[in-house]
Amino acid sequence: MLTTPGLGLVFWTTIAFLLLVVLLRKFAWKPIVTAIHNRNQAIDEALKASEIARAEMANLKAENEKLLVQAKEERDVILAEARKMREKIVDEAADRAKEEAERIIQAANENIHYEKMAAITDLKNQLATLSLEIAEKILEKDLAGDARQKELAEKLVKEVSFN
Amino acid sequence: MQKILFSILFIFAFAFALPVQASEEDSGHEESSEEFDPTEAIFEHILDAHEWHIVTIGEKHISLPLPVILFDEGQLHLFSSAKFHHGHESYNGYFIAQEGDNEGKIVRINEAGEEFAPLDFSITKNVAALFFSIFLLLIIFIPIARKYKKRGNQSPRDFQAFIEPVIQFVIDDIAKPNIGEKRYMRYTPYLLTVFFFIFINNLMGLVPFFPFGANLTGNIAVTMVLAVFTLIIVNFSGNKGYWRHVFAAPGVPLWLLPIMIPVEIIGILSKPFALMVRLFANITAGHIIVLSLVSLIFIFKSLLISPAAIFFVLFMDVLELLVAALQAYIFTLLTALFIGLAVQEAEHH
Repeated sequence: MLTTPGLGLVFWTTIAFLLLVVLLRKFAWKPIVTAIHNRNQAIDEALKASEIARAEMANLKAENEKLLVQAKEERDVILAEARKMREKIVDEAADRAKEEAERIIQAANENIHYEKMAAITDLKNQLATLSLEIAEKILEKDLAGDARQKELAEKLVKEVSFN
Repeated sequence: MQKILFSILFIFAFAFALPVQASEEDSGHEESSEEFDPTEAIFEHILDAHEWHIVTIGEKHISLPLPVILFDEGQLHLFSSAKFHHGHESYNGYFIAQEGDNEGKIVRINEAGEEFAPLDFSITKNVAALFFSIFLLLIIFIPIARKYKKRGNQSPRDFQAFIEPVIQFVIDDIAKPNIGEKRYMRYTPYLLTVFFFIFINNLMGLVPFFPFGANLTGNIAVTMVLAVFTLIIVNFSGNKGYWRHVFAAPGVPLWLLPIMIPVEIIGILSKPFALMVRLFANITAGHIIVLSLVSLIFIFKSLLISPAAIFFVLFMDVLELLVAALQAYIFTLLTALFIGLAVQEAEHH
């Protein structure tokens, strides 16, 4: 009994099991296996994409750092240049100021010299006029003798002349 | 998940709402000779029946009557097994043989005065359990498939997350390594179905009360059908190399072939035969051991023995849980292995 398969049960099991395989295959296993497969693929792809993104990020960071270093270097160069330029400009300005000062002083000196000369000339002229007036007055007063007159004129001229 | 629970509850309710037959007949004549017979009790549990016994309260046998379908000399007879009154009465000349070669079968007395068993396609206890298990499998897996569709590439959730590792295990650890990367997808639906069918029926067989407890995977008819399916699939998948191995094994001298071919053919048949017997014997043996341990209480007619008996039953039940999974795994694994041998590329050999 235990080891004799019953005909009815064989019959029903065959039908029912076949039906089960067909139904589960169509409505369960195919969708489930497809879904798992798709999901695994999606996970793989996402992981790959994130790996790529991470690499890109690292790349970008390295590039940024490089750029930063470069920028720093450039800044230093520019600053140094600016400093040099400033010093040059200051030096030039100082030089030019010195020159100008010298030129002004020289011009002033020249001016003073001319003024002085003009003043001397003026003085000489006035002195001549004065001498003439004095001479006139003396002549008017005592022009008795020629000898005395002459002596006096010479004396006067000597007194008037500059040392 | 809730839906499944509701469905199960619904089935329970539905099953109990069916006209449950209660016999009130006096079985006084049996009482005098009512000596507990463990063999009879055990076999009653592990064999098939035309009615599904639920419980006996005192003298009342409460059982679910099942339809009897007989095919007798071209004539179809259909009636309820309730007509047999638990095997005590006959109906239209048919009765359940209580002893002899046809014990447990529906027979009639033919013209020659001998017992004659017509073709019996009845919905027996095992057939009902089979339908129930298939129904359960469908309402478990089809909603899960729908969940997969609905959730797209999101991570699995709830029951889906519980069952997914098992599905993955069958696909990745049974089908793929044994059949090969290229062809395993064709066979996964069959392997998954076999695995879950055996597994759920093994588990249902362990639950001692209605509507479970039928010894379906421990019935040789069921294991035979499963083994025959495997036999058919393996041999229809067989490639040139497989058949050459059977009919002209390389390296075997020609004169040996008349011996080798029958041996190989026996080999083809013995593989699924081993599958059939292994599953049948393991599950039936487990049931017999559990029932024997329970019977100890009645054999000794002492309640004092019950703690020990229950302890051993508990131990065996836990072991049987392992066996339930293990036998489903072994059947599926060997099926995959046989398919793999039949479809493998020649150069691998």
